Amino acid sequence: MMIADWLAAAKADAEARGLPELIPMLDGLAQATERLRAADWNDDADKETPRDPSEPVDDAARGTR
Amino acid sequence: MKTIVDAAAQLASGKVTSEKLTEECLSVIEALNPKLNAFITVTADEALQQARQADKEIAAGRRIGPLHGIPISLKDLIDQKGVRTSAGSLVRKDHVADSDAVVTQRLRDAGAVFVGKTNLHEFAFGTTSEDSGFGLVRNPHDAHRSPGGSSGGSGVAIATGMSLGTVGTDTGGSIRIPAAACGVVGLKPEWGQISASGVVPLSRQLDHVGPLAASVSDAWLLYNAMLPESDRISARPEAMSLKGLRLGRLSGYLFDRLDADVERGVSATIDRMQQRGAKVVDVTLPHAHDMAAIYLHLVFGDAAEYHARTLVSRPEDYTTPVRLRLEMARYVLAEDYIRALRGKALIAHEVDRALDGVDALILPALAIPAPPIGAVTMPVKGGPEAVRTLMLRCSQPFNLSGHPAIALPCGQTHDGLPIGLQLVGHKGRTPALVQAALAAEAAIAS
Repeated sequence: MMIADWLAAAKADAEARGLPELIPMLDGLAQATERLRAADWNDDADKETPRDPSEPVDDAARGTR
Repeated sequence: MKTIVDAAAQLASGKVTSEKLTEECLSVIEALNPKLNAFITVTADEALQQARQADKEIAAGRRIGPLHGIPISLKDLIDQKGVRTSAGSLVRKDHVADSDAVVTQRLRDAGAVFVGKTNLHEFAFGTTSEDSGFGLVRNPHDAHRSPGGSSGGSGVAIATGMSLGTVGTDTGGSIRIPAAACGVVGLKPEWGQISASGVVPLSRQLDHVGPLAASVSDAWLLYNAMLPESDRISARPEAMSLKGLRLGRLSGYLFDRLDADVERGVSATIDRMQQRGAKVVDVTLPHAHDMAAIYLHLVFGDAAEYHARTLVSRPEDYTTPVRLRLEMARYVLAEDYIRALRGKALIAHEVDRALDGVDALILPALAIPAPPIGAVTMPVKGGPEAVRTLMLRCSQPFNLSGHPAIALPCGQTHDGLPIGLQLVGHKGRTPALVQAALAAEAAIAS
């Protein structure tokens, strides 16, 4: 689900449940979710095959050291 | 602050009785609790009975060990048989535990005396101890400020002498934050080392049970007693020599947004340790900036699951702020929860890498001093920032990673508020972390 669609649905649900105070808080959660989805360690199904980050050989490639 | 080590020596030599120590703690509770609200339940009669029994056993030469006859407290989300476990919420106001939590039983077996159950941020879902069904907790250094949280009452109990030791829980910093805000020691063990069975959960994969105490040695004694018997170490660790101690200063994100006095105090402590022989190198966590988002999605997902039924059946029994945050938590999507799980593994790996070649990582335990009650933002380097974000910033990485971490006091701000230092150790090497903390404690005191 795209974040904008999720946020709109969540706000509508909060309103319908009589919890309007939640609406601005959901904006904050949406920002955190955007950040999470934008992180550079997320996988992409058409890119590199996932590897265990604890594998030493992987570390150099990921540039974590 | 009276220490367990000193009290235990006095008990062993007959210079003091457990009954006397327990009466002293109960007197402090009676005098200060109306103002500070650190305890939800005080078990005075049971405590005195336990203390008299301990005195009889010690006098008869049947002393169990250093905790025998020592008055301690439990955060009120840890079960103690026959006593209410409220978790700081009216949702559980009628819940009386029918058995001890594993840690309670282990401390009982060690001879500890239980004086009561300490107040907390409701269901441990917050860092200020302002939102409790039993009223907010106040900081003993300045009653207009928060004692930190969620184990706020536990921090107050140690700082004031209401108990000589206490047990808290730490999901994003809830032992280390109040330790820093109240000027005491807080040890978050490695994840999974100490049983959380019989403890009300916030996030089972991030919850840690551990001690708060007046000194590093005291924290060790409590920690050691809470371990499974086969893991306990009979000898108390001694301070590591500062000469040869290798410390990794976590630069970047974890030093970026600090209160000026906190930065000055922590940096001065690191300088002092360096001058006395410690070798300090800068290390980083490359994805530190992702930690807050990772943490949020995990805690929200886990808390939403635990509270789903009572949010529907008795929403009015939650404090409004906690209820709203739990309601918000129910909107986290599975895709993002799984993404956060992957991020958690990455952070654990990065903490391991940062520890390569050093004995411990060093950083502040808390980015700011104890915040004023009700504060939404606090000034830090780079401009004002949300209190909730600042409270968790330095501690939550090690809940995600599961590494053992300890907070200890390292001076005061210009207006007399405690500053907390944090050391983080290797997994499987908590005794070495405690040895490094003892060295830091000695350097700070000298």
